[in-house]
Amino acid sequence: MTDLIKETLSPPRSILSQNASQAFYRLLAALLICAALTLLSDSFLSLGNILNVLRQASLTFFIASGLTLVVLTAGLDLSVGANVALSACLAGTVIHQTGSPALGILTGLVVGGVVGFLNGFMVTALRIPSFIATYGMLWVLNGVTYWYMAGETVHGFPAGFRQIGSGYFLGLPVPVYLLLIFLAIGSLFAQRTIWGQEIYAIGANPVAARLSGIPVTRRLLLVYTVSGTMAGIASIIFLARLNSAEADIGESLTLPAIAAVLIGGASLFGGIGTVFGTFIGASILTLVLNGMNLLSISANWQPLVTGIIVIVAVWLDMKTRRSAQ
Amino acid sequence: MPDAAVISQIRLFQRTPGVAIVLVLLIGLFGAIAPGFLSAANLANVLVQSTILTMLALPMTLIIMTEGLDLSMGAVLTLTSLCVAIVSLATKSALLGLGAAVLVGAAFGTVNGWLVAIVGIPPFVATLATLGIAQGLSLIMSDGQSVVGIPHSVRDIYSAAVLSVPVPIIIGLASYGVFHGLLYHTRFGTYVFALGGNREALRYAGLSPTRLLIAVYAIGGTMVGVAGLLMTARMNSGHPTAGLGLEFDAIAAVAVGGTSFERGNGWLLGTVLGVIAVGVLRNGLNLVSLPSSIQVASVGALVIVALFLDGFRSRS
Repeated sequence: MTDLIKETLSPPRSILSQNASQAFYRLLAALLICAALTLLSDSFLSLGNILNVLRQASLTFFIASGLTLVVLTAGLDLSVGANVALSACLAGTVIHQTGSPALGILTGLVVGGVVGFLNGFMVTALRIPSFIATYGMLWVLNGVTYWYMAGETVHGFPAGFRQIGSGYFLGLPVPVYLLLIFLAIGSLFAQRTIWGQEIYAIGANPVAARLSGIPVTRRLLLVYTVSGTMAGIASIIFLARLNSAEADIGESLTLPAIAAVLIGGASLFGGIGTVFGTFIGASILTLVLNGMNLLSISANWQPLVTGIIVIVAVWLDMKTRRSAQ
Repeated sequence: MPDAAVISQIRLFQRTPGVAIVLVLLIGLFGAIAPGFLSAANLANVLVQSTILTMLALPMTLIIMTEGLDLSMGAVLTLTSLCVAIVSLATKSALLGLGAAVLVGAAFGTVNGWLVAIVGIPPFVATLATLGIAQGLSLIMSDGQSVVGIPHSVRDIYSAAVLSVPVPIIIGLASYGVFHGLLYHTRFGTYVFALGGNREALRYAGLSPTRLLIAVYAIGGTMVGVAGLLMTARMNSGHPTAGLGLEFDAIAAVAVGGTSFERGNGWLLGTVLGVIAVGVLRNGLNLVSLPSSIQVASVGALVIVALFLDGFRSRS
């Protein structure tokens, strides 16, 4: 039995090296985009712009890192954007009414986490396919947020709170530090803990995972709750950076988060992908959108470009996987 | 023997389609609490307003029967509606507008089918990506502005009546007739059942599941193109966010109507009843002056309840 667990949990060496080469190609792609943008735009290679890219990428990364764990279990969380919107609106309102950023931050994390837990509950206990359950949740959250905000905007938060999103520490934006911390925690959790390895095992083969004694239901609940909580964290960063929130802020966040996960090399069929890959994915996507911005291409093009990037990323992923077999 | 009576009651409940129960409950609820809900004018209004949704939900049923999904329908509807507005504004011809919309819709449907069947991308991600593409195209084409001043010939399609039956209802009934014939009385329909239930059997019969799957998505896109004409006629303008999210109502109608997401069985009449249930829910909540945000949340809750009941009934 323990041998079986070991076999399920430790991936064969070849997959590890494949992961390494895939990460290398993605870094190469990021560098090529950087080189192209340096040639095309004078303002790309300034310190201010690079920091700006990192700060933008951090928001996508927070949402996408939790989503990565869900995708590793062969699930999907389509409600992350709507979750950010609800969490941000509620957290913002709490800060306004109590004057306490700490309570607001707590609200954002709890709301995000509870939404994630409900997603996990629908997927495990009610056995609704994850993309349908979280898609239904998306619209429930949208409805609740629009109803709660009634067209209003909450804005104007204490300066100390805003430091979380727009402040600098030793020359680097605060969100970049948070990004590095969560990148480290996420990578260690996924690669170096038993729970993390069990999540990979569930995605690779749910039946084998269950037979080798992994508590699949509890791990799935954990994964969806983490995804929701990360959306809650993203909502706090969002609030602190833009100093305002309204009901429609989540609509443009879900597709980029999914794109970051897929560009990062995670497979929609589960079991393959890393949090570090998702970080690279978020960086590549942000570089492209930042580049379009610098070349003064209208923001109207962003959903179109993101959609095409998603298709190309999945297509490349499936092509390399087929040729590897 | 009171037990026998109870058992027969339970059997009756199990045999009655869930959507019929939902619909009766909703009509009873709003008949009791919403003033004017049961008036003939309001009920006719519910039916007329359900037409566009019917035209999305019918092909969505076929797509879901193949264990697929099309999240791009709302965004493509927006795009085809804009095509109708822009082309009819330029050419003064509703027919050319319809032609452009059908072409664009069919192209998107074919691309969806190609991504799902040949590239092998899971349908909800493939169509989420084309959702982004269609939404982007709508924003680029319209520059985020409404398209107004379109010819009256377009608007009249929605408000006209033949023998005092509103044209949208006729179009809705005709769509149902076409899909009923297609699914239950042609070989293609039988193949669609097989696509969801037993894809291997198709291959053994020498048929190409890939091509059939592309056809199913392409039919969906084509219907969205036709619905684009009605959308523009209804609003008398083209708007870059007009149809966004309507795919959710369509999926809700299919789910409430009893089509399963996992077992390849579909029921078109159930879908139509599901469309009416969604229409009744939105109309009733509107009459008791609850905002559209609550309507959206209610439809979401309705889907989750329907899916839960579906799983519950199939297990028991």
